[in-house]
Amino acid sequence: MSDIADTGPVLAADGTPLKRSLARALRVQKTRALLLIAPLLAFVLISFIWPIGVMLFRSVENEIVENTLPNTVKELATWDGGSQELPPQSAFEALYFDMFAATELKRHTRLGTRLNYEKTGISSLFRQSGRKLDDPGKDYRKALGAVTSDITKSATWLELISGASDAARSAPLVASQRQRLSTLDDRQIKGDLSFSPSADIVQLLPRAAREYTAFALYTELVDGKDVAKTKPWESVYVALAADLSDADVSGYNGPHAQMLRDLVAADVTAPDFRAIFTDIDKDWGALETWRTIQTHSKPYTSGYFLNAIDMQKTPEGAMAQPENKQILVKLFIRTLIMSLIIMGSCALLAYPVAWILANLPARKANILMIFVLLPFWTSLLVRTSAWKVMLQQQGVINDVLVWLGLVDDADRLIMINNQFGTIVAMTHILLPFMILPMYSVMQTINPSYLRAAKSLGATNWTAFWRVYFPQTIPGIGAGAILVFILSIGYYITPEIVGGTKGVFISNRIAYHISSSLNWGLAAALGTILLVVVLVLYWAYDKIVGIDNVKLG
Amino acid sequence: MKFTKTLLATTALTVAASAVVAEEMTIVSWGGAYSKSQKLAYHDPYSEKTGVTIINDDSSAEAVAKLRAMNEAGNITWDVVDVVAADAMRLCDEGLAMEIDPDTMLAPAPDGTSAADDFGDLLVSDCFIPQIVYSTTFGYRTDLVGDNPPDDICDVFDLEAYPGKRSLEKRPINNMEWALLCDGVAKADVYDVLATAEGQDQALAKLDSIKDSVVWWNAGADTPQLLADGEVIMGSTYNGRLFSVIEEQKQPVAMLWDAQVFDLDGWIIPAGLSDERKQRALDYIMFATDTQRLADQAKYISYGPARASSAPLVGKHADLGIDMAPHMPTDPNNAKNTFLYNYEFWADYRDDIDAKFQAWLAQ
Repeated sequence: MSDIADTGPVLAADGTPLKRSLARALRVQKTRALLLIAPLLAFVLISFIWPIGVMLFRSVENEIVENTLPNTVKELATWDGGSQELPPQSAFEALYFDMFAATELKRHTRLGTRLNYEKTGISSLFRQSGRKLDDPGKDYRKALGAVTSDITKSATWLELISGASDAARSAPLVASQRQRLSTLDDRQIKGDLSFSPSADIVQLLPRAAREYTAFALYTELVDGKDVAKTKPWESVYVALAADLSDADVSGYNGPHAQMLRDLVAADVTAPDFRAIFTDIDKDWGALETWRTIQTHSKPYTSGYFLNAIDMQKTPEGAMAQPENKQILVKLFIRTLIMSLIIMGSCALLAYPVAWILANLPARKANILMIFVLLPFWTSLLVRTSAWKVMLQQQGVINDVLVWLGLVDDADRLIMINNQFGTIVAMTHILLPFMILPMYSVMQTINPSYLRAAKSLGATNWTAFWRVYFPQTIPGIGAGAILVFILSIGYYITPEIVGGTKGVFISNRIAYHISSSLNWGLAAALGTILLVVVLVLYWAYDKIVGIDNVKLG
Repeated sequence: MKFTKTLLATTALTVAASAVVAEEMTIVSWGGAYSKSQKLAYHDPYSEKTGVTIINDDSSAEAVAKLRAMNEAGNITWDVVDVVAADAMRLCDEGLAMEIDPDTMLAPAPDGTSAADDFGDLLVSDCFIPQIVYSTTFGYRTDLVGDNPPDDICDVFDLEAYPGKRSLEKRPINNMEWALLCDGVAKADVYDVLATAEGQDQALAKLDSIKDSVVWWNAGADTPQLLADGEVIMGSTYNGRLFSVIEEQKQPVAMLWDAQVFDLDGWIIPAGLSDERKQRALDYIMFATDTQRLADQAKYISYGPARASSAPLVGKHADLGIDMAPHMPTDPNNAKNTFLYNYEFWADYRDDIDAKFQAWLAQ
């Protein structure tokens, strides 16, 4: 028996198995370490990873179409975009009520802007249609009001849709309209509604009850006004006219039942929603418009990524952009090539400087180091503008060359607003990022290696190439990665000195962020740039090995 | 104990300071001479009158993007924003700017004319309170053009009579219109032609004829600098910038007013401000856009006041003492041939034409 006890788990002083005790001690240590870096981790997550993730997510996000025109999108799901037929009346009807609510909440122009990226002209189509949607409502108010002026009063509407005080209430309609407005407005519509539609009316006049409920929710909970005293949206008159044409009101006996019977008897023409839209703008009768809406109605889209590589999403699938609009792939390639050139010229210039710095006595090296760092401490804009003064045609360099007689006055060199200008200015600006890692690596190389090589009979070149240079590769690698990755995302210098042929893809990203406001495309371009950098980094790791990179 | 006291005292001070901070507002504008003219004509008198501290933020160039981001974040930090009319329309469209009722929120003219009539057609958007009329036009070096100074917009496209570089803005707006005008398209048809793919190609082909001689600018200050350095023989920019090169810096530059493109600049109030801040912003707007204030601004910069009633009050430049009226883009001598920027057209076609324009530039 005692033998078994001896081979059992080794116990710690407090009697717990040693293994568990050790694990616990380690866990405590790990937790403590994690707690120490927790603030930093949280900071990086909250202020860096999360916002970048959110921004990049915009490259595929496309909920705006479905959120703004929910019922239209549903109707279009069954429409064959390839056919030569316009969508059915029901789609036009859905569009009318969707657009009306969106216009009231000022969301229709946002959608217009979004779709205008895909088809030129939709922006103003939506804006102008939004303005004219009131007109059919006003016409119907007049027509119905001619039968009985009661219907034009705000109080009548409230009583009509509320129904008899003891009638059953329709809670689902309120909930669904609340949901509709919340999605449209991008925020929760909270609070209790003093009004609720009667279930009978919802069944009898489904469209009018729906639109009136949406109006009541908006008026009371967003605008903070009294529903009984506010004129209902014009859309409720259109909805009522549509309802009256197929409603059987003979059996209804709630409030204003007689008015409804009078209205039905007057036989007002039911609205022709397709005609309403084609009257507003003939583009609503064009298949192209509807195909655009249908093609881009999915909540997630590949459209921005296709745009980012000079293609477009069409009903027939992905197609190339017309040739005279292709620019982005060209810019990507140019950015990569020019970044490589800048990296190469930085390496060539930095190597001898770093070598001198590493081999001079400390005092002199420190003074020289200040010269390297000084531009580093000067504003980027100042340095870039200084290059403008240096390189322009009436600039310092050209003046000197003309004065020396090397260049004819009428034939001054063009050194700025082109690729040359960008490469010169960026090489200068990024040079310290190359010098510093090279310098710190070279400093650690023991000079006796070179002496040993020479005493063994190597020439100066062989000693440098076979002994010294291989030891500096980690520094070159670190500098090259730094400079390349920095220059690939550079924006301000190419913008100022790049002219037309020296601009980078980042200039287009900036344009889409701040001018055209096409954030989806900007995000797609940014994502591609990020992926390209990661792929190159991975390739570098495979070829050179990231362990061989030393920053010091 | 002492430490606690100090701590309490500092806390109290901070609280007191933030109570004072509440009486300030952030006004966003374009910076440079333009912001300076606003400070002298509007901000300083307003601060003196009300004690509100005004903080300037020179972010107007990115105003739409930033307001959109602020709106998404639910934290609007700006009170009044100076934007061009096209941007005001976009902000209004997106629900990012507050709608303005000119009759209740803006001061009537001294003779009792309502603000709506006083501003007239310049109220191009429901959210926009116009401030100035400016124009994008050309300036040229008087010493480099010889005895035959340019007086026609098409001289910009004439490399034989005027060899040398010219600077144009690095975007299609205005350049495409000028190119078509000089390619034989009648002024009334420009936008109809530009709406077609052939018309766009035609404009780019015309621009292509001078492409090698163009320096493209991004910032309004570029052309004045290029003209002063003699880098370009002529270039487009905002007329106020050229005024400052000619009259304030005394450079050998003159104006080519032909086919100047009128545009408007003015205020918007961001949507979603708290009631208190909204009231303050409205109070400022009421003050800063009255007849006298708009006329005062013209003392510092050569942009035309947007109110009809301000025009007769425009006097002399505050420092130079010269009459400002002949330097206004709206002066009859300067406005013989003008062009009206079509907001609606560019709202639709900006993305499409810009892609083509940039592709053309990169060729």
